[in-house]
Amino acid sequence: MNSLLDLNAIKTDYQNRAKNVTRRIIICAGTGCMASGALKISNEFKRISTLMGVQVETELKKEETSYNLLTGSGCQGFCQMGPLVTIEPEGIFYVKVKPEDVSEIITETVLSGKPVERLLYKGNISGKSCKTQHDINFYKKQTRKILADCGNINPEDIEEYISRGGYEAAKKAVTEMNSIDICQEILNSGLRGRGGGGFPTGRKWLLAQKEINDKKYVICNADEGDPGAFMDRSVMEGNPHSVIEGMIIAALGIGADEGYVYVRLEYPLAVKRIKKAVEEATKLGILGDNIFGTDKSFMIHVMEGAGAFVCGEETALMASIEGKRGMPNPKPPFPAQSGLFGKPTIINNVETLASVPGIIKNGALEYRSIGTKESPGTKTFALTGHVVNTGLIEVPFGTTLREIIFDIGGGVTDDEGNLDPDGFKAVQIGGPSGGCLTAQHLDLPLSFDSLTSIGAMIGSGGLVVMNKNTCMVQVAKFFMQFTQNESCGKCVPCREGTKQMLALLEDITEGKADEHTLEILYNLGLAIKKASLCGLGKTAPNPVLSLLGYFREEIETHVMQQRCPAKKCKSLLTPVVIEEKCKGCGLCIKKCPVGAISGEKKQPHYINEALCIKCGACIEACRLDAISEGV
Amino acid sequence: MHKHDLGQAARKFAKVCEILEKYDYKSDKLVPILQAVQEEYRYLPEDVLAFIATTLDISPARIYGVATFYSHFALEPKGKYVVRVCDGTACHVKGSNPLLSEIRNRLNLPKGKTTTPDLLFTLETVSCLGACGIAPVVVVNEEVHPLMTPGKTTAMIDDIMEKERVGDEQFA
Repeated sequence: MNSLLDLNAIKTDYQNRAKNVTRRIIICAGTGCMASGALKISNEFKRISTLMGVQVETELKKEETSYNLLTGSGCQGFCQMGPLVTIEPEGIFYVKVKPEDVSEIITETVLSGKPVERLLYKGNISGKSCKTQHDINFYKKQTRKILADCGNINPEDIEEYISRGGYEAAKKAVTEMNSIDICQEILNSGLRGRGGGGFPTGRKWLLAQKEINDKKYVICNADEGDPGAFMDRSVMEGNPHSVIEGMIIAALGIGADEGYVYVRLEYPLAVKRIKKAVEEATKLGILGDNIFGTDKSFMIHVMEGAGAFVCGEETALMASIEGKRGMPNPKPPFPAQSGLFGKPTIINNVETLASVPGIIKNGALEYRSIGTKESPGTKTFALTGHVVNTGLIEVPFGTTLREIIFDIGGGVTDDEGNLDPDGFKAVQIGGPSGGCLTAQHLDLPLSFDSLTSIGAMIGSGGLVVMNKNTCMVQVAKFFMQFTQNESCGKCVPCREGTKQMLALLEDITEGKADEHTLEILYNLGLAIKKASLCGLGKTAPNPVLSLLGYFREEIETHVMQQRCPAKKCKSLLTPVVIEEKCKGCGLCIKKCPVGAISGEKKQPHYINEALCIKCGACIEACRLDAISEGV
Repeated sequence: MHKHDLGQAARKFAKVCEILEKYDYKSDKLVPILQAVQEEYRYLPEDVLAFIATTLDISPARIYGVATFYSHFALEPKGKYVVRVCDGTACHVKGSNPLLSEIRNRLNLPKGKTTTPDLLFTLETVSCLGACGIAPVVVVNEEVHPLMTPGKTTAMIDDIMEKERVGDEQFA
């Protein structure tokens, strides 16, 4: 037999080599910062440092001379402020860095350790400069566990992951624990599936562990399709090895020797990083035959999805891996009994798996010290929409929406992006399966159960903040359009029901609804929830049902008074000429398809409400902005 | 069939054979096989699909079923530049619709069409690219354009058109 893999040797070797690094330049290389030009910044650092004769290396060297290190990191979460550059060991944190700032950063910070004042983040209320991440409210108020190393370590360097204690949990699981111990520890931790449903992970594992079969599978569900959610993408981009380590532990727990990571193809960077991580882990003997030098084996395949939201549903996902149309199958049998290729299979979400190594390493009790009794641990959220600080955050369960939106998010913005203290209208949670929460829910501690009790769900964790100018009917319609597009068509309630719900919502936004519309909408929603085959259909009516519950007045105004209070439903708005601005040019008269506009030349024109079909052509035609959207 | 045509057909299928070989002729690898084929041809040509069905000994109907199920697969050629406007929640509330109509206008796309007649552009929406922090987002092939406005999208399309025009002239 081979000797056991010595993680400590790799760790010590890495740490020794790292001692020679004077300063480390970390450039965020998540999707957001890359889009804002992080690659240009990185190239500029290489170019200018060579010009200035400053030694900057891109990987750790063996020689015993001091030098500076330049690496990329995964998503640091503060996407809006990108590209982000951090200089260690001082932790000086620069936002919105441009290529022309690079030479100043090298002279001031890399060579002398002094911050460049103008590149620091300024608090949006206090206006105070924040030198490090810890000084910024956005980071200060978070509890980063799963994301702890995302944004610090180089996601493409397995040795750095090991140098921070990575793979120790997997090694402990393979050398010191039997499969029941592993499942039991996860069960005791109270870890619940982060993919949406919140099913206890340990229970799922025990079910599969009990099955007697020569072949079992572990699948990592990275088909994060909820619009407005990007937590899983960030974990895979920022710390892919934590996901792989979680999969290894899961495999040992249920006795599987093969696994799949099913990633959305819309996430090219995540695909690249996870593939590289699998490759590196295989090279070191952490994956493959005889993992860690034991007699156990586990190999991982990475498979890209092909653009079908329903494949996030576990039975549909397995059908997709089997090379079929990704349509769900009825449960039972549960995947843990008969899953991929008819074999016992467990499917866990990325974030769930990334939580596993910490539990095995530090114990279930420590894990339970954070969060609530029923929902222990932390949860990552993608905070987006009309909020000052958008990005990726992590907080313990039990945190309130108010803390998230106002303390971490920095408050609500208007349509122009300026802070608006009274702007809050709603927050959408859980994407197309979730619901909208209002001001009355701001102080509700967030957990799986608290949200279900009010008709929403954690879902995968997208939080979209909406300001007063948002029309809630349009938001519900948006989600219904989404689920209707993505419905796979297998079961009638979801295929036909969502179509009808969408048509009813269109009636409302187009002013064709009557007093029965809302009742039909409600009853139809309940029927779809009850009768659909899979989670997609069962949760599809949630956005509409929560609209009916919490924004009754707004939707009734649409139906009864044919008015959209947020002025977003075009068909309910009659354009009005602003007399002071109108020069009487006649352009709108020419453009109006129904001849509803009249007026003398050089005199303010007039729109006949009875003839107007509310197409908006006049608003677009007017060069003086003299026609308002109306009321 | 002339010898010459035969040679061309063989060349066309040589690439498919390579792909099938790579996936061990396993029908459960159908999704990655189709992905690789689409990568090569920019769409899934009908004769190639029939060839795959025969080789893997599965029915053409099953392949057609899979090819039409996933939105990533295209049965008609896509343009050289695939412009994808993200219409996820965050992009939607921050105004992805105006971007879409702006691009549609700039490309003179007739209603119901997604690809320009010269096969230069294909316009699509995508449900979420996970770049919500920098919404609204437009992606051209792999390049992500953050914080877009209608004005910026027009400039972006014009840039590509200009690049193509210059390229053509150099070629001529």
